[in-house]
Amino acid sequence: MDVMPMILTMADVMPAAAEIFVAAAACVLLLVDALGGGRARGLAFVLAIAALAGAAWVSSTVGTDGRTVILWGHFVADPMGTVLKLFSYGAAALTLLYSREYLERRDLLKGEYLVLALCAVLGIQVIVSAGSFLSLYLGIEIMSLSLYAMVAFDRDDGVAAESAMKYFVLGAIASGALLYGISILYGVTGTFLIDGVAFAVAQGRAPDIGLLLGIAFIVVGVAFKFGAVPFHMWLPDVYHGAPTPVTLFVGSAPKIASFALAMRVLAEGLGGALDAWQDMLVVLAALSMAVGNLVAIAQTNIKRMLAYSTISHVGFILLGILAGNAAGYRAALFYTLTYVIMTTAAFGVVLWYSRKGFEADALDDYKGLNRRHPWFAFVMLLVMFGLAGVPPTVGFWAKLQVIAAVLDVRLTWLAAFAVLMSVIGAYYYLRVVKLMYFDEPVTAGQDESRFAVRLVLSLNGLAILALGLFPGYLLRLCEQVLR
Amino acid sequence: MDFAAVCLMIVLAPLAAALVAGLGGRYVGRAGAHTVCIAGVAISFAGSAWILARMLGGAAVFNENVYTWGVSDGLAMNIGFLVDRLSALMMTVVSFVSLAVHVYTIGYMRDDPGYARFFAYISLFTFAMLMLVMSNNFLQLFFGWEGVGLVSYLLIGFWYKRPTAIFANYKAFIVNRIGDFAFIVAIAIIAAYMSSLDYTEVFQRIPRAIGHDLFLTPGEPSKVITVICVGLFIGAMGKSAQVPLHVWLPDSMEGPTPISALIHAATMVTAGIFMVARLSPLFEMSPDALHFIVVIGATTALFMGLLGLVNNDIKRVVAYSTLSQLGYMTAALGAGAYGAGIFHLMTHAFFKALLFLAAGSVIIAMHHEQDMRRMGGLRKYLPVTYWTCLVGALALIGFPGLSGFFSKDIIIEALHHSRTEGAGYAYWCALIGVFVTALYSFRLVFMTFHGRERMDEHTREHLHESPWVVTAPLIALAIPSIAIGWLTVGPVVFGDFFAGALAQAPDGPIVVLGEEFHGPAAFMLHAFGSPAVYLALAGVVAAWYLYLKRPELPDRIAARFSRTYRLLVNKYYFDWFNENVVAAGVRNFGTSLWKRGDETVIDGWLVNGSARAVAALSAAVRHVQSGYLYHYAFAMIIGLSLLLGWLLLRS
Repeated sequence: MDVMPMILTMADVMPAAAEIFVAAAACVLLLVDALGGGRARGLAFVLAIAALAGAAWVSSTVGTDGRTVILWGHFVADPMGTVLKLFSYGAAALTLLYSREYLERRDLLKGEYLVLALCAVLGIQVIVSAGSFLSLYLGIEIMSLSLYAMVAFDRDDGVAAESAMKYFVLGAIASGALLYGISILYGVTGTFLIDGVAFAVAQGRAPDIGLLLGIAFIVVGVAFKFGAVPFHMWLPDVYHGAPTPVTLFVGSAPKIASFALAMRVLAEGLGGALDAWQDMLVVLAALSMAVGNLVAIAQTNIKRMLAYSTISHVGFILLGILAGNAAGYRAALFYTLTYVIMTTAAFGVVLWYSRKGFEADALDDYKGLNRRHPWFAFVMLLVMFGLAGVPPTVGFWAKLQVIAAVLDVRLTWLAAFAVLMSVIGAYYYLRVVKLMYFDEPVTAGQDESRFAVRLVLSLNGLAILALGLFPGYLLRLCEQVLR
Repeated sequence: MDFAAVCLMIVLAPLAAALVAGLGGRYVGRAGAHTVCIAGVAISFAGSAWILARMLGGAAVFNENVYTWGVSDGLAMNIGFLVDRLSALMMTVVSFVSLAVHVYTIGYMRDDPGYARFFAYISLFTFAMLMLVMSNNFLQLFFGWEGVGLVSYLLIGFWYKRPTAIFANYKAFIVNRIGDFAFIVAIAIIAAYMSSLDYTEVFQRIPRAIGHDLFLTPGEPSKVITVICVGLFIGAMGKSAQVPLHVWLPDSMEGPTPISALIHAATMVTAGIFMVARLSPLFEMSPDALHFIVVIGATTALFMGLLGLVNNDIKRVVAYSTLSQLGYMTAALGAGAYGAGIFHLMTHAFFKALLFLAAGSVIIAMHHEQDMRRMGGLRKYLPVTYWTCLVGALALIGFPGLSGFFSKDIIIEALHHSRTEGAGYAYWCALIGVFVTALYSFRLVFMTFHGRERMDEHTREHLHESPWVVTAPLIALAIPSIAIGWLTVGPVVFGDFFAGALAQAPDGPIVVLGEEFHGPAAFMLHAFGSPAVYLALAGVVAAWYLYLKRPELPDRIAARFSRTYRLLVNKYYFDWFNENVVAAGVRNFGTSLWKRGDETVIDGWLVNGSARAVAALSAAVRHVQSGYLYHYAFAMIIGLSLLLGWLLLRS
């Protein structure tokens, strides 16, 4: 192999400008926090939001219509990547905004939290734009290590430390499986580049059994990142144990990264071997929908309930991916984006409602919410309707799209199963609505939030309704980026 | 300004106002609520008037989709506007009447605790009605159709603490449900045969439905086009209160009077008439459907008018008059004279809203007394109300030169010349109806405004004319009630005003009449040679004789023809039949299903059984989540092993 001179021009790195910007911003934030001490926290928070806004500006400026490959194939810039990145910035920014008061009241608003959040965003960006298995793995580790640390970041909380430990150990196993799968693929195709693997698979150059083994291990890694059954065990404990702002963070932007991971590896890299992984995903999707929805019913803690709800939604996202055609990928993308919007709003309400010494995480805390705070009870109602897939919220369209995609590939039983599971799922979503609207209030709570938080949270909730009434714009966006 | 933007503004302004007044009523206050709503409807009216002016100036028909809501299996569901002269005329009438009613409401509802809510409802109604009128496809038509139905339900039960109001709004809702069911079935058949919901495309694809048969009953084929048209018309029978789905309209008078004027007289009930006219290219293809329509319309026109003779509630008399006039419009449609139906719709909107608002003014002055037997002699206390009410009544009976004269005379002539089967029967019904109309209208005028003062002392002392917000709309509506017929009969009915918008058979009655039409003055002279004018005059004289000259006579007549009288007082026993046969039957059927089917099978086995099974399963699976790290890792390894094992087995 020729040794290539490592000369980079501006044009070579421009498509990665957003990643470079976020990495630099994280360093600046670290410095501001270290030098400014406790006084600069307000400033650091504003800077973190500004960094995400700046990244959004950079991404949309350098974003192209076509596909650009730089850094010898390791980095890919395409319209899907731009959209996914923009949504991750948005989700991260909303998370920070909703978290601020919660953290302040518990004296947890520290620089590390913000720096780790930006690092996690950097990891997501790298995953989204990965052109090779190496950069993909690099991104996964940047993101995961930041998330492990974020979960444990309230050092005095034993439960949080325990769940961070579980997350870390299980994550290491999953990373191991993924790396093993990557190495097998390298062995049978001779390349790390996703395009190269796709080419080799299409040519039929890869020996069948080796390819299958590699795919199986990679599917395990992907399933773990998504939290699909039976690789979901970390998810309820982490959601439950982590401080609520971290739960929100783990639950929102990284889901976009999981989707990107699945797209890059399964759709782009191994699309030619659809037969091999489709059946695996069918099993994972069916199990996830069943376990997620069934176990969620037995929960009394809303964070845990939403964790199982996440597992079931992962099943629905996998439905779109396993269809293995453009319509299916589009449906999965639409589902992922709308799911992130809905879950952000859900945890946003939990954070808005919590006080010092009152976590607002028991389902009973929501009894009679309508009596005290009718507006946010309504926002929560929209979220629950959305997650359950009740029209006219956007959750309905998301479910409709993935189920239609599955029907298109003649997996009728799976579509029927998905419908059945969403009926079962409706029970625990509607229970929250029943608690809020028809039960007597038990806990008191004042609305002490900042106006900006209330405004953004309201818009976040209304978006679920607005996108449901006018789904055309988002559908068209998904269509444009995934042709 | 482009048309799409104006159209959007016209529909969205009342919607925005309704949201502000409805959701923010507590914050904006009473004055805020009425200011916002009146401003919203005024914007709609200004926009509609601008569009009508452009249309009269020869602007091209505007037909565009503004948003694609969804596409399912190739069937596009759009939100779009079709603005031609027909819809421009309807938009203007709807927004004008609505504006007048908004202003009037300030006075009528002054002391009501639900003030802001009321304004929110009537603005929402205006939005829904405009969506219906401006639609360019069946789905949006249905949206507006249901929207006005919903608001009508909310408004009839506006005083939700009155049991009678609640009964009336249920009744309106359920009766309309029957019509709406047929309506949506017809739309579904259209979608199935024409693969489109867009008016223009459907009209182009009519040949696809012709020649096909549906078997509704085994062995008896019905033409698809006829099934579609009859289904659509049954929808119209519900909304436009045609026999036998008319029963909700008299009861709807439980709502506040501005609603009776806005919804149950001038606009919503005309939705059915408008719809049939809008879809006239479909109806022209089905002579059987037209036959059905003309018979239903004429029956309604005559027999509902008769009921107006025996009612003593001032609003109910006007309500029966509305039913009867809707029958005239429907009969005109059935005769194929769509332009005449729409023309009567327009003139009727003005004078009927006027009559309702005048009745409302009387009711305010009488401290919410509606029984005409306790009125009389109000002329000197309420001069403005009296004169405007008189104008309304004269227009209604077809006094030569006023608006109702032209529209009603054309309908009668059209029935005479129509080749629809059953038009002969309709012609006679319409002709007798003229006498009946004049009789009940002037019975109302004489009993309310003339004769002995029959109210108690207390009420008499407090009698005074209503405030200007009440009388101004009366005057504003009186002017078109007088003049609109004279001014527009030539171009609207006989000219090419509706060219392209309405279907017109080359030998249709309007064409025949048009050949004899030489301006409104000549038309009036010609009318003196036909019986209608004399019948109206006879009606007025009879009313004068019976209710002023010899007021004891009506009771004697009632006693003499007691069987007929009882039939009329009991409204031909429609309500009795509905309540004791239809409703009771449905209730018994429902109860048996509920007891045997629902409680035992569905609740007992399926719902509770499956819920118990799910809960048990859930509790069991929950224990897998033990909290131990090694369990979790073990589960992952098991999962991986199963995937690998399955792979090896497969290959």
